[in-house]
Amino acid sequence: MSYLIAHWTFRHSQSFLHCQMIFIKLYARKILILKTGRSPMGMLGLPFLTRMEGFSAKIYITEAAARIGQLMMEELICMNMEYRQFYGAEESSGPQWMKWEELELLPSALRKIALGEDGSELGGGCPCIAHVKDCISKVQTLRFGEEACYNGILIIKAFSSGLDIGACNWIISGAKGNIAYISGSNFASGHAMDFDYRAIQGSDLILYSDLSSLDSTEDIDQSSFSDDNNNWEELMNSLSNYDESVEEMEKLAFICSCAIDSVKAGGSVLIPINRVGVFLQLLEQIAIFMECSSLKIPIYIISSVAEELLAYTNTIPEWLCKQRQEKLFSGDPLFAHVKLIKEKKIHVFPAVHSPKLLMNWQEPCIVFSPHWSLRLGPTIHLLRRWSGDHNSLLVLENEVDAELAVLPFKPISMKVLQCSFLSGKKLQKVQPLLKILQPKLVLFPEEWRTHVSFSDVTSFSVSHYSENETIHIPSLKESAELEIAADIASKFQWRMLKQKKLNITRLKGRLFVNHGKHQLLPENEPGGSSQTRPFLHWGSPDPENLLAELSKMGINGSVERCMTDAESEDGFTVKVQDPEKSMIEVRAAVTVISAADKNLASRIVKAMENILEGI
Amino acid sequence: MAIDCLVLGAGQEVGKSCVVVTINGKRIMFDCGMHMAYNDHRQYPDFSRISKSCDFNNAIDCIVITHFHLDHIGALPYFTEICGYNGPIYMTYPTRALAPIMLEDYRKVLVDRRGEVEQFTSDHIAECMKKVIAVDLKQTVQVDKDLQIRAYYAGHVLGAAMFYAKVGDSAMVYTGDYNMTPDRHLGAARIDRLQLDLLITDFDFHGICLVFQFTFCKCYNSEIEYRNSLFIDYAAAVSDTVDYIIVSYLISLPCPEMEALAFGLRSTYATTVRDSKYAREREFLKAAASSVLHTAVASILSFVVIIVVHKCVAGGGKVLIPAFALGRAQELCILLDDYWERMNLRVPIYFSAVHNFDRSLIDAPGPCVLFATPGMLTGGFSLEVFKHWAPSEMNLITLPGYCLAGTIGNKLMSGNPTIELEGTKIDVRCQIHQLAFSPHTDGKGIMDLVKFLSPQHVILVHGEKPKMATLKERIQSELGIKCCDPANNESVCIPSTHYVKAGASDAFIRSCLNPNFQFLKSGSEEKSVSGSKCTEGTLPLWIKDERVAEGILVLEKSEKAKVVHQDELLLMLGEKRHEVQFAYCCPVNVDELEKFTTTSLTPTARMLRDPNKSSLIRLLVAKLSRKLSEGNIQDFGEHLQVESFHLSVCLKDTCPYRITNGLEDKPRTAFFCCTWSAADDKLARKIISAMENRDLVET
Repeated sequence: MSYLIAHWTFRHSQSFLHCQMIFIKLYARKILILKTGRSPMGMLGLPFLTRMEGFSAKIYITEAAARIGQLMMEELICMNMEYRQFYGAEESSGPQWMKWEELELLPSALRKIALGEDGSELGGGCPCIAHVKDCISKVQTLRFGEEACYNGILIIKAFSSGLDIGACNWIISGAKGNIAYISGSNFASGHAMDFDYRAIQGSDLILYSDLSSLDSTEDIDQSSFSDDNNNWEELMNSLSNYDESVEEMEKLAFICSCAIDSVKAGGSVLIPINRVGVFLQLLEQIAIFMECSSLKIPIYIISSVAEELLAYTNTIPEWLCKQRQEKLFSGDPLFAHVKLIKEKKIHVFPAVHSPKLLMNWQEPCIVFSPHWSLRLGPTIHLLRRWSGDHNSLLVLENEVDAELAVLPFKPISMKVLQCSFLSGKKLQKVQPLLKILQPKLVLFPEEWRTHVSFSDVTSFSVSHYSENETIHIPSLKESAELEIAADIASKFQWRMLKQKKLNITRLKGRLFVNHGKHQLLPENEPGGSSQTRPFLHWGSPDPENLLAELSKMGINGSVERCMTDAESEDGFTVKVQDPEKSMIEVRAAVTVISAADKNLASRIVKAMENILEGI
Repeated sequence: MAIDCLVLGAGQEVGKSCVVVTINGKRIMFDCGMHMAYNDHRQYPDFSRISKSCDFNNAIDCIVITHFHLDHIGALPYFTEICGYNGPIYMTYPTRALAPIMLEDYRKVLVDRRGEVEQFTSDHIAECMKKVIAVDLKQTVQVDKDLQIRAYYAGHVLGAAMFYAKVGDSAMVYTGDYNMTPDRHLGAARIDRLQLDLLITDFDFHGICLVFQFTFCKCYNSEIEYRNSLFIDYAAAVSDTVDYIIVSYLISLPCPEMEALAFGLRSTYATTVRDSKYAREREFLKAAASSVLHTAVASILSFVVIIVVHKCVAGGGKVLIPAFALGRAQELCILLDDYWERMNLRVPIYFSAVHNFDRSLIDAPGPCVLFATPGMLTGGFSLEVFKHWAPSEMNLITLPGYCLAGTIGNKLMSGNPTIELEGTKIDVRCQIHQLAFSPHTDGKGIMDLVKFLSPQHVILVHGEKPKMATLKERIQSELGIKCCDPANNESVCIPSTHYVKAGASDAFIRSCLNPNFQFLKSGSEEKSVSGSKCTEGTLPLWIKDERVAEGILVLEKSEKAKVVHQDELLLMLGEKRHEVQFAYCCPVNVDELEKFTTTSLTPTARMLRDPNKSSLIRLLVAKLSRKLSEGNIQDFGEHLQVESFHLSVCLKDTCPYRITNGLEDKPRTAFFCCTWSAADDKLARKIISAMENRDLVET
């Protein structure tokens, strides 16, 4: 068995949709797709795949990611419909960015895996709500730590990655070892459940796919992680020190203070919604800042799904970080937005043209709305309105190409603030983390080869992979683990092979492949012939020994060596006269016993067995 | 290997659930409850039996709590704070959120109302809760390297879970209270089909809801209100009862039975502002009901109650419904309300927790329906109303399906006409109706669960002995599963599964997966039944594909045991296989053969004068297939084959395998040279006997 792992990311010209996945191929035909997005955002491309005819792969997503992802997809479709309503369809098949030219680049073998033998063309055009519903219905949702069994041979588990609500790392385990897929992970999150590194510890293979570009130019200072630091508990603490979360909070605070400055100057602030967790935290922080500076500026959230999203995020303690769980236990809402909405500090509206919004509208204000690409949704209208105001502020995340994003709105005098939030581990933490996780083999992205050197690592081996490329990995373990029922084990008849110092015994039962395990259970009808006799023999019989053994059993015969056959030069024949006429023909690889009486025959076999090794 | 099971509470009784199980050296305490009927040392499990030295941290690896009822969690703060257990405690998120409220409620009942000495303080509860690790349903939690636990949805009350525990190859499930039939409030228990050595199941699940006794305590309002603002925009509704927390929690947390609706509900209820909290709750439950198939039985039972209630109010009487376990009262309330609407009834229904049911209304003229807590009439408002309404024959009191011994409810159920209360005698003349539905599982539910899980052993706890004995009998006789019901402080030891671990080579696994078709003529049985009726063409062919795993286990010094295919063994040893075969050149009288087959093969039989190989083989196949019930005879023209038995016509004058002498000269004798491997010796000898017509002699 070999694992074939392909890893690639689809990216679109505008990064509207991207879908990251791995295909893992085992036992030649068993195929799996794992949804492994860094966040619920990562699944936006899924309907394109699932609506294909013949799509048959299994999809696993965490429950929270599936729900938030569904909302995101619905919103995207809603916005696209609106877009087409206003501007018309540029082409009958939908806008340029909807063309999946990149999927064409997939290795043909993998296209077959994903789409079945036909490999029919991926349809163009934007999926509709029905496609999203259909897509979600094909998905199997999991909770953190829940075991999903694929076809009896694999166990699939999701563990929190800490990056966003529902974002996870995956562990796939089978009888021949386990693979951990690590996507962007965050040690200390202010919203999502912390990175569960313990679950990943001790995996045979780690597919490292934390491709966050953050700090990729940073120098790697390894002095603080010396090799002699073997206490991983200590090492872990140094890795997950709260610098990061403090840093993240500082970034949030900075955005908030910029926003406050803007509104104080009479401008408005536009914050496109990107990652759910960041959005929720920012909402809380801005409200606190406003409170402190005793400003009474309305905060609007304009999104068709915001109402549901806000309600949902406040009911999922199982997916959130420790501090937020504590809030549940002490009777507080998980996120502050519940209270803020009630206090009418935050206003939620489904669309920019909602009558209530129009009645309520006040400027300056702070608006959260989709879409972060600035090509869809309420952001377009608001940008048009504020782009000329030098007091207004636009907050973008770093992964958006700001130049490109604001291009249609030029000339722009509005301030643009670009911030980068952690979307994965910092590079200098990669190596120590992998050391802690103690895998046997690590698959590392080729593009990072120059940034992270593993030359001094001895505890595991490293291979590099590139996008859209398939690598074959030899079996992780030589043999699969087999569990033998005690009933069978108690009936073992051991045989000692002296020259090899081996103990061997014959084994018989029924093999069950269940829940990723191989089990050998007793046969249903143990009746049959209790085969205590060996059936496998080896060794070369010697005429003298054979005669001696035979005579012990009261069988007498004589050896004849004069075989005329050329092929059996080292063979001989024993002619038995007593007790009955019979013949034993011994050649290099076979002994033929010819006896009319079956009792005599079996006695001769016994004698043979005594001089041959067998089991 | 064995599982040791020490029952510290709820052994042959109801109350203070506590079972300590030792699996492969790991010790888990399931539930840590208190007995509500006692005031002395009997109210807590006898923890000293766990560890003589009271070193509980070393004696117990973890505590698992199934749900927040006091008979399952009541002793926890005592055990952790007074007895000093510091290890991990596992419970579900809802239980973690609700447990401190329940415990605090109980503590206040003891101290504020009964004026007793508190066994633990509020600080104790808070400290105890810090040791809790909340788990999600279905989440596999690795307590330590060897011990694994997992919670499964149990229905019953919010957050209730069954727990699966596994150490090495031994596994068990402890159910706590559960229900196997869904109601409008919560779904039925859900669990995977697991390989279990032991199932410990609660028999008679009667959550004791004394905590609700003081839900009217005004001093609570602020706190509950505060807690009620939990999770979602629910604080606007000032709630008087803990039930409301439950309801709001229910909205906020997934309940598997409502998976489809859950998301919609969450958003609806999180954002819609309604005037009446009652209306809101009602709507929620209605929505829930639409997703949950109500079982027919439960509907009928509920309907009976409604009819009885209707009859009473029609006669101008007042109906008191002491509200019992969470959810049930609401359920009945919805049913009644629907009925009222349909029948256009105007008689008021009060839900004392919702409407500020004024005390003056108690003695107001005219019929009404009142839901009031607590359920077993142990005190509080329901008892107060009871005192007023019980003497009138017109009135009706419905009682929950179960009332603890010693409570007024229990006395009423046993038909006591006069009840003594605080020195005054109450003459009970009102009608009494016992509600048949209870949130606890019934005998059928347990049987269903036991059948579904098919464990090696069942232990029944949390039930009265005589009732459990019947079920024990049924489990043993109907399901053939060993079952016992130990008393408190008794220990049960049951054997557990153990697997021998070995590596298995690919070749071995592959060989196990190879199809192993066997074509069986239904001959043997059929022949005896319908004799000559069966002609060759009509015999049905049975195809069996029972794959047999056969290999060799190799144990090499200082290396892991390995299972290999036999071919691999030879490679390992560097040896070549030496086959032991049999050969026999069998003489057959052609006349005999001919005689045997003339009926079917008359024209061709004549050809035997010039013996032709394939026709001889054909004749032989025809003969053998009649005589042999086993084996699949394959005719290859030049030779025939049955398993490893190979036969061809021998035309040699002197064949080395022609052992028997003197037959060569006999006329019309054909020789068939046979070879076979030792494995098929039995079969081969049978075939030869058949060929030589010795079969009769042999048998």
